[in-house]
Parts: sequence; C-alpha cells; structure tokens
Amino acid sequence: MLTKRIIPCLDIKDGRTVKGTNFVNLRDAGDPVELGAIYARQGADELVFLDITATVDERKTLIELVRRVAHVVNIPFTVGGGISSKADVSALLNAGADKVSINSSAVRNPALVDELAQEFGSQCIVVAIDTRFVNGEHIVHTHGGRKPTEIRTLAWAKEIENRGAGEILLTSMDTDGTKAGFAIELTAQISGAANIPVIASGGAGSMEHFVEVFTDGKADAGLAASIFHFKEIEIPALKRYLSNQGIAMRTTD
Amino acid sequence: MKTVIIKYNAGNVQSVMYALDRIGATYLLTDDEAEIRSADKVIFPGVGEASTAMAYLRERGLDRVIPSLKQPVLGTCVGMQLLCRYSEEGDTTCMGVFDVDVRRFPAQPGFKVPHMGWNSLTDLKGPLTEGLPENAYVYFVHSYCADVCPETSAVCNYVRPFSAMLQKDNFYAAQFHAEISGNIGQRILENFLKIDTRN
Repeated sequence: MLTKRIIPCLDIKDGRTVKGTNFVNLRDAGDPVELGAIYARQGADELVFLDITATVDERKTLIELVRRVAHVVNIPFTVGGGISSKADVSALLNAGADKVSINSSAVRNPALVDELAQEFGSQCIVVAIDTRFVNGEHIVHTHGGRKPTEIRTLAWAKEIENRGAGEILLTSMDTDGTKAGFAIELTAQISGAANIPVIASGGAGSMEHFVEVFTDGKADAGLAASIFHFKEIEIPALKRYLSNQGIAMRTTD
Repeated sequence: MKTVIIKYNAGNVQSVMYALDRIGATYLLTDDEAEIRSADKVIFPGVGEASTAMAYLRERGLDRVIPSLKQPVLGTCVGMQLLCRYSEEGDTTCMGVFDVDVRRFPAQPGFKVPHMGWNSLTDLKGPLTEGLPENAYVYFVHSYCADVCPETSAVCNYVRPFSAMLQKDNFYAAQFHAEISGNIGQRILENFLKIDTRN
C-alpha cells in the first residue's frame, strides 16, 4: 500500500540549519548533513532542504552541501531556494539532489515549470506554494511569504499541475510556526483538485495534527521542521502513532 | 569486479552513482560497447520518457547491445520498462527482453498518477530480494507499469497489482528507485553486485 510520507524540512542559511517562527527570528538547529542522516536513519521518508538566503555567493556552499548530503543519505531529498533557471536545476541534480523545489521564480515566470519538467522530467520538479488567507481568499505569496500576488491558490495549483509540476509543497503562512495544526480545509481542497501529490506544510505541533492532515486534509505527505529539530516529536514515535491510527506508514526494520 | 552504468539521455544517474559509492562499489559510466561488454555487471538506469530514450539507444546501437549481454544486467525504472516488449508511453517498441507490456496506470478516483512515494513489495523471488522481508518498502515514481507476468519477481499494488521487479535469465529489473530506497534499496543493489557470475 502506498504510504503517507513524513518529511523533515531543513532550512539552510550559511550552510547551517535554522528555523524561526513565521520565517523570522532564526534559531540554529545544527549541521544539515548530520541532521539529514539522523532523520534518514530514524525513518524519515524524504528530506527537504530549503536554502532561505540563496544569494549568488551562498550558491557554491549549497552545491557542496548537497554533495555531502547525497553521500550519506539513502532516501530521496529535495533542494529549494533561489532556483530560477535550468542551469540552477542542473547543478543541483548533478550534485545529487533527487528533486528541486521552485517557488517565486515560477510565479514570476510560469513557463519555467514547463521548461524544467520537459528538460528534467516532472518527477523532480516540486512547486512550492506559500499561501495566506487575505480578504476571504487564499492568495499565493512570494519571497518567503512576504509578498502577496494576485493569484488564487487553487487556480495556481491547477496551473502548475498542467504545466508539468510533479508535486505541490503547500505552505500555509497562516498556520506556519503556530504549532496549532495544518491548514486542513485548504490542503483538502488543493489535494482533492490536484492529481499530483500534495505535501502539507505549516503548523504541525502534535502527532494528532498529522492524523488530521492525512485524513481530513487528504495530504500525501506532511512536512515539519522545528518540532523535529528540537525533538518535540520524534519520527519513530510519530510513525508508530500514525500507524496505530490506521494511516499507512513505511516501516523501516 | 567491473561494474558499468550505461550512460544515455534518460535522466540523472547521479543518485545511482552515489548509492554505489555508499556501498563502496566502483563503477564506470559509459556508452561504449566494448566497455559494456567487458563488464561483470551492468546497470541500466533511467528516468525520462520511453520513446525518446529508445530513440537514443537505437541511434547508438545500444538497443542491440543490451539484450545480447550475457552478464547480470539490472534495469531500473524507465530502464526496466525499456527492457519490456512495448510501452504505451510514446507508443514505443522496446527491447523485448521481458515478455510483458508497459501500460499507463488507469485513471481511478483516489489514485494520483504518477504513483509517487513508498510502497511495499510482495511475492518476492530470486537473488535480488534475498534477505528482504515481505512488505519491504521501496520508493516509486512512475506513471506506467508492467503487468504481473511469469517473469515477475516482486509485486506491488497501486490501482492494480503490477511488476515491481522482473527477472529472466541474466536480466534483472526494478521499477522503483533502489538507489534512494533506504536500507532495503541498498540491500537490493548489494544483492545484485553479489550475484556469482562464474558458471
């Protein structure tokens, strides 16, 4: 049976893992390679590395980091942050990333999704959507969730699927950092409309939140950061809990 | 031991190379016929579209080389599909090592296509699955699959049962990505490299 996936997200700045609340007030949570390897051993189903600064200078650091991760991690991993061209994607895949995640650059130039899917295959193109509820509507935001667009989230999800995205990483800016639970209704809406997997992100604070997002939220995968980094929830215990709740989980021993 | 990874246009073989690095195996990435023929083990990976990949193999004569190989050959993902008879993807005549066709997953509510993520293997047969428990989980990403047939050596179920692995003589194949399938995938690769080729 196809399982639901648990995905720790490692936000990277200057080659280190950081995570803040609502994307500000960053705290240091350790070495990304070491952390990634630990998660893989613990039974994480996939890893996501988001380079949250991604200036030109830091690009080389990121590539080197990806190479180090690929040497030790034997599960799929996605790299995102500042990707805006075929050359960026090619460099990351060549360094050993299995998928890349694009966000603002896709909003700026939606044809980029088509180009990347054609060149590298849909399976490795994740489109991240940062969304916020504004005046009664879910609206796509860019630049780490700071800049609103005019695009409705559901329409954008359908568009990127049509353009060849392989997966949607849906982050609710309303729930992110709150630990009050995922945006269940929105996730269910997007996942129900899309025929590609939806990774729900933002708001995980308890094991029960994962149950909700996989059942009512219809998510294919659940992503979280700080609760894993600071060991508030440990992955083996989470997977056992979900499994006992009747949710299909990968067992690893 | 000489292990060759066949180099062609269907996708990113980096993950396969890293996986072999992790288990301490050395390898050569090449599309040279003599190098391929002289290898002890041949890995034929693949991510991408079937007809484009087949056209590339034909151009270089690899469509004749690969089915004629005598040493153990492991095809993965699209590599596995190209070893089958025919693929619906791009209406493609493939190399016909395995006597089975590759078809798109039928549309069914509740089942997204591609089939992406970790799914379990059952009905395990053959040397590659040695030491694996029933219901071992491996990582899949694909929209097309081979039916279950007499050459099936592991079954997976998504919409309907399909061939997760195939084996016929010296040809082995896996639909999933063993290279990123955790310890189970690693074991499958080790099992392949361990196959005794002395007759």
